[in-house]
Amino acid sequence: MLNELTIWELAGKLERREVSALEIMRACLDRIERVEGSIHSFISYDAADALEQAAAADRHLVGGTTRRQKPLLGIPIAIKDVLAVRGQPLNCGSKILGQFISPYDATVIEKLREAGAIVFGRLNMDEFAMGSSTENSSFGPTRNPWDTSRIPGGSSGGSAAAVAADECIAALGSDTGGSIRQPAALCGCVGLKPTYGRVSRYGLVAFASSLDQIGPLAKDARDAALVLGAISGHDARDSTSVEGTASDYTAALDGRIKGLKLGLAKEYMIGGLDGEVGAAVQAAVSQYEKLGAEIVEISLPRTEFAVATYYIIATAEASANLARFDGIRYGRRVEGSDPIDLYCKTRGAGFGAEVKRRIILGAYVLSSGYYDAYYLRAQKVRTLIRRDFLNAFDKVDAIITPTSPTAAFKIGEKADDPLQMYLSDIFTISCNLAGICGLSLPCGFTASPKLPIGLQLLGKPFGEETLLRLAHAYEQITPWHNEKPPLER
Amino acid sequence: MPGNFDVKYVAHLARIALTPAEEEQFGAQLSNILGYIEKLNQIDVSQIEPTAHAVPLVNVFRADEVRPSLSNEEALANAPAKANGLFIVPKIVE
Repeated sequence: MLNELTIWELAGKLERREVSALEIMRACLDRIERVEGSIHSFISYDAADALEQAAAADRHLVGGTTRRQKPLLGIPIAIKDVLAVRGQPLNCGSKILGQFISPYDATVIEKLREAGAIVFGRLNMDEFAMGSSTENSSFGPTRNPWDTSRIPGGSSGGSAAAVAADECIAALGSDTGGSIRQPAALCGCVGLKPTYGRVSRYGLVAFASSLDQIGPLAKDARDAALVLGAISGHDARDSTSVEGTASDYTAALDGRIKGLKLGLAKEYMIGGLDGEVGAAVQAAVSQYEKLGAEIVEISLPRTEFAVATYYIIATAEASANLARFDGIRYGRRVEGSDPIDLYCKTRGAGFGAEVKRRIILGAYVLSSGYYDAYYLRAQKVRTLIRRDFLNAFDKVDAIITPTSPTAAFKIGEKADDPLQMYLSDIFTISCNLAGICGLSLPCGFTASPKLPIGLQLLGKPFGEETLLRLAHAYEQITPWHNEKPPLER
Repeated sequence: MPGNFDVKYVAHLARIALTPAEEEQFGAQLSNILGYIEKLNQIDVSQIEPTAHAVPLVNVFRADEVRPSLSNEEALANAPAKANGLFIVPKIVE
């Protein structure tokens, strides 16, 4: 089936005119029709608009547009419900935005369109990207394609499930503390969080502005490289995006990793690490050694403080960013006796439990008398965490870790204990605090039930090419990324 | 701090109306989370500068010129209440 293929396979077929973009888009829509009832990756999708874009792509192909000119021409890419797509709904998995329709395209959407992609769908997510399971969506949970009684991870759970279930060819997600990498690991696809500043955040609804980055979820490393190449680069509309032109990330995919140094952090050998996950990661380390990489023990001494630091900084920034949802300019409004009463009622009715908890926590750590004790202290610990990573990167080219301490857990299993849910982010959140890049790729399965296990590679600031090179080399000698979930085909 | 976390007061600072059930639930959960966060007191940060952004930022300037932006109609398209090209808000001054 066409929807099961990768971007690079489809691009070849399109260029040789063996298939049309319309056929690819129809294959994805057929697949969505068949499996959405059990997965629920999408909040909504506009099939007519997607087919129109596909027809336009076919006209470009007939007109002689090449892959070199438009690397994603005719490729359906689905979008997390946190990115603005002109004329389409935007809800961030929340009730508070009501019937909001985006008046403009995010920069990444403009760039995907320039690259020829068919941009479609609103992928489910934890409300305002706050969560690790997609259970916090006010549109109902997404289910893991490998076992529909389990969560797909989060917050980009819809993105990961849609890619794993072949409902789209690739997807965009956002990652503030692991929201691309953890669902990619739990659903068995490749997820890349670029270095802070690599990708413009213009048109991304902000959760924590100093941590948020947009990135691809894809079927393999080459596809992730292709999407990253299309969306990265400086943007005058995001003053935190960095200067420098986008590079061709596929150039690094030559299989050569001999002599690269991979760091194993002793602090990541934690008690809560599942035995099968630990074994799969250990096996991957051995395979990298066989490929010629050198394994070096490193230390990241502030690892145990990362979760606490993150939940101060991220909630503080969220409490400020989400102040804009006040029922005045857009979204739902609950009338009140005065403006403050209106704000309180609108936000009380519009936000879900996790978003309320985090805004309240964020307001508290920023409030008079507590700012120094919590927020300022957390920012200082953040300095130490970043320093730990930069010291480690003096010795190694990348760091190798599990992505998540366990495979996908059951829906409802951790819903009543937010702290336990937060602690499951231990391997992914430091990356955002340090502003480095990280990639998750499949590295095996648990035995029973069969669930994907993710391997995380952490790279130097702007070291995405090294991560993609490592991921691609590993894929050449392992079968994991080619396995498909046991859904009706 | 965790023991006397006044969820009602902070929720009002954050402009969020809570039900009594939410107050009780969030109060307990947030006390638990704040207890965990106390962990950071174990680190000596007296000589450490804070990090606001991982990529050091400098001021980014651009010329102060009129450029294309949303039209009045587009800006109001998602408004919950509007009239005469304006947002309608509750009365602020008596």
